[in-house]
Amino acid sequence: MMDTQLVMYEEDYKKILAVIQRLVRDANAKGVFVVDKNGQLVAEAGEVRGIDTTSLASLTAGSIAATGGLAKIIGEEDFPVHFHQGARDNLHITLVAKRIILVVVFDDRSSLGLVRLRVKKAGGELAKIFEELSKKAEREAASGAPSPFAEITDDDIDNLFSD
Amino acid sequence: MSFINYSSREINCKIVYYGPGLCGKTTNLQFIYSKTNPDLKGKMISLATETERTLFFDFLPLALGQIRGFKTRFHLYTVPGQVFYDASRKLILKGVDGVVFVADSQIERMEANLESLDNLKVNLREQGYELEKIPFVIQYNKRDLPNSAPLEELRRQLNTLNVPDFEACATTGQGIFETLKAVAKSVLSDLKRLSR
Repeated sequence: MMDTQLVMYEEDYKKILAVIQRLVRDANAKGVFVVDKNGQLVAEAGEVRGIDTTSLASLTAGSIAATGGLAKIIGEEDFPVHFHQGARDNLHITLVAKRIILVVVFDDRSSLGLVRLRVKKAGGELAKIFEELSKKAEREAASGAPSPFAEITDDDIDNLFSD
Repeated sequence: MSFINYSSREINCKIVYYGPGLCGKTTNLQFIYSKTNPDLKGKMISLATETERTLFFDFLPLALGQIRGFKTRFHLYTVPGQVFYDASRKLILKGVDGVVFVADSQIERMEANLESLDNLKVNLREQGYELEKIPFVIQYNKRDLPNSAPLEELRRQLNTLNVPDFEACATTGQGIFETLKAVAKSVLSDLKRLSR
């Protein structure tokens, strides 16, 4: 089954951001990231300076894909929760609604128990937002509303490569 | 599948470099990385073995400029070419927007090219894609080697779909950006077509 294209509008982004900003506070986390399963960063919140977010997104998606493959080998559908413990910082990674990955970076100001608890609530909220998002994308596709990309000309594409 | 972000006004697309082991997929990305303006690229990640064979994937994020007010960002991935890494190849193809098949021009690698191309078709089909329907270009790499097969022979055997194809030498960079441009154009044209 092929994934549908992910389209995110400003209002969707604001909703997602509100959820993860609250998660940063509630879980005492350093930073929270929302990553598409294909490795694209969707949103970030908290203390994320100095973190290469593009690489983080791509590697998280690779890790989720690899462990998902492992899960299938032993007859599980997925391993939806991953926890990586470091000397100072830890990573808590959750697969939400089989499509979105929620990454929480935290240190000893928080605890695994607290992060788990808060992620559960935030994950539920994000699942709803993304469900609405894909319904909206389907509605738009069905309505035949014009997309800005339908207007792209061959010249526009050529201009990208003009130098 | 591409990710269209109206909030940051960005289009993100995923391009996968596929091909048999040691055909030069990683070298393609390394050359692009070395010749791209630092403002336009992110860090290149290589998940490789100690002997520098690709273990899982290489990853290179590139920005290509604006189109209709949207920043275009391409995420380039390679797959591990060795036959036994098939499970990893399947994972990397998930969500792909365009494919570059890097063929090894050496006569003795023809069989490996055909096997890898076949493997690409099978793995794409498993994800619900048809090679015939997605943006796809072919690169004949290692044209500089004395034992490379004639171009016509490579074309006849590998380019049965008659897609854009390019001669290349990834170590010197010949044909590398031409290949990238062709697949990027094809991905954007596809986005335009799907939007209609």
